[in-house]
Amino acid sequence: MERKPLFQFAYCRSPDQDKRGPAHHRVVIVGAGPVGLSLAIDLAQRGIAVVLLDNADRIGEGSRGICYAKRTLEIWDRLGIGDPMVAKGVTWRRGKVFRGPDLLYEFDLLPEGGHKRPAFINLQQYHVENFLVARAAALPGIDLRWRNEVTDIVPDPAGAELAIETPDGPYSVRADWVIACDGTNSTLRTRLGIEFAGETFEDQFLIADIKMRADLPTERRFWFDPPFHEGRSALMHRQPEDIWRIDLQLGPKADAEEEKRPEIVRARLAAMLGHDEFDLEWVSVYRFQCRRIENFVHGRVVFCGDSAHQVSPFGARGANSGVQDVENLAWKLALVLSQEAPASLIATYDLERGQAADDNIRHSTRSTDFIAPHSAAEARLRDATLALARHADFAKRMVNSGRLSIASVYHTPLSTPDADAWNGGVPPGAAMQDAMLRQGGKSLYLTDIVAPRFTLLCAQHVTTLTLPLPVEMVAISETDRGSSVLHDAQHQFAARYDATPGCAYLLRPDGHVAARFRNIAEPAIEAALSRACGKTMLHV
Amino acid sequence: MPLDTSARFSDPDAAYRLIVEAHRGLSDDESRKLDAALILTLANQIGDLAILREALALSRAAIAPSKDAATD
Repeated sequence: MERKPLFQFAYCRSPDQDKRGPAHHRVVIVGAGPVGLSLAIDLAQRGIAVVLLDNADRIGEGSRGICYAKRTLEIWDRLGIGDPMVAKGVTWRRGKVFRGPDLLYEFDLLPEGGHKRPAFINLQQYHVENFLVARAAALPGIDLRWRNEVTDIVPDPAGAELAIETPDGPYSVRADWVIACDGTNSTLRTRLGIEFAGETFEDQFLIADIKMRADLPTERRFWFDPPFHEGRSALMHRQPEDIWRIDLQLGPKADAEEEKRPEIVRARLAAMLGHDEFDLEWVSVYRFQCRRIENFVHGRVVFCGDSAHQVSPFGARGANSGVQDVENLAWKLALVLSQEAPASLIATYDLERGQAADDNIRHSTRSTDFIAPHSAAEARLRDATLALARHADFAKRMVNSGRLSIASVYHTPLSTPDADAWNGGVPPGAAMQDAMLRQGGKSLYLTDIVAPRFTLLCAQHVTTLTLPLPVEMVAISETDRGSSVLHDAQHQFAARYDATPGCAYLLRPDGHVAARFRNIAEPAIEAALSRACGKTMLHV
Repeated sequence: MPLDTSARFSDPDAAYRLIVEAHRGLSDDESRKLDAALILTLANQIGDLAILREALALSRAAIAPSKDAATD
């Protein structure tokens, strides 16, 4: 099926195209998908003007990435678009795994309260991109250029020059930093000759979006060997506007063109649903891949999202990891550009997000191998696991229909190792946990209070500190101490952070913990802050 | 001590993966031989006939056709 345009934008001639030589910009982002747009918004909110280039001028049909995780939603809250995403999306946290006709087990991804955002929303990627484009258009400092196709890049130690093709012909720009958010088929990666190595899975999968009225719960459903699709797997997700995503394993030998024929797809889906009262919205057949480039940073060219790493969809780790990439990069790039941090801070983007990519590839490879075993021996092992899972909890825990995306914990020289004893809490390198607090008789969430800047969460009271960089102070107390101190009325902050009076957490601008202290002391906080900016590098 | 069927690995996926990887590159016949060798090695590690008996019974029940298994 042809992809019809759903949202159309206009090419606009840029004054750069009338210049004799290449215009100079500090940051040029290539690719206006969810990753490039999120980065542009983040940098613009930090006062950094960006040029964002995209080879198309439309958002096409086909829902593509649909599952957006809690951490991604928290990042989008910081970018000012969490509310419309969540309002439009369908919220879910439960999943069911079936074997044959029987329910094998159920899971709940967020069984506790006190979190602003749900475990997941499902939302078509075209809606996500449209919200992001609207937000980008509303911010000063984002020069979004449609139908600007980057055809070549020439890097040098101080930046790179980009050759761009437009409806008015070619032109070029120079940038101090080029951020490649141009997807799995990245032109920049190809032009720089960077290897994209990894595994291609033999099995093919049919992905279909259908429109139908169905009175089914909003949950993720996964089947191993269902009666309607024997010997293979099936996955079903609800999307807004009565759209449903269905994913059917076809095996390694399927004829992709034949399988995409509407009558073949309709017959398969009718067998699954028990009726044929649905419209086909979008159909595609995929072979999944798990691969990454070795270094995400090549001098002044930085790769984010699918251009740097690709995973199979089981676990919703594609777009989510891309958005988390840009949250990691944006504050570092901003500090480097304002000369508050050394350029070497960017190397920690490669280190930290490389770890996340390895996590994501490991999880999605394990899931894909479980769903589509490589050999008869692996199939026997998988089937034995499923058979035992009805009898034994250990086997149930090995059943792998996808391990869903959560924020990675960074093992990084930017973290200050714990010097004090902690009983749980949020360790250095981990993303902040949400909690519901009260202030002035109103409930509010910690993720709403913490701005995308360095923040010191202080248990009990505010302390006056003199620090070399601006640090937001947030005081939280288990007793009600008036409106200047947030009240941890339900003890969620105390429990989730193992917080005792006098302790403090230093959060990085991306919300990951840089350091924590049982007792606030200015020299220790100053040292931790300096380390979190990459000024004092220690080997880990 | 009865057979423990709770999840004993902190990362069950990693344990599963280790077994999968051991089979990579083997023919089907070699895979079956590997499984047999592994069973005997692990049985010896358990070193308890009563537990081995229970583990065998559980495995027999698991592979039985589902209508038989549904009665337990």
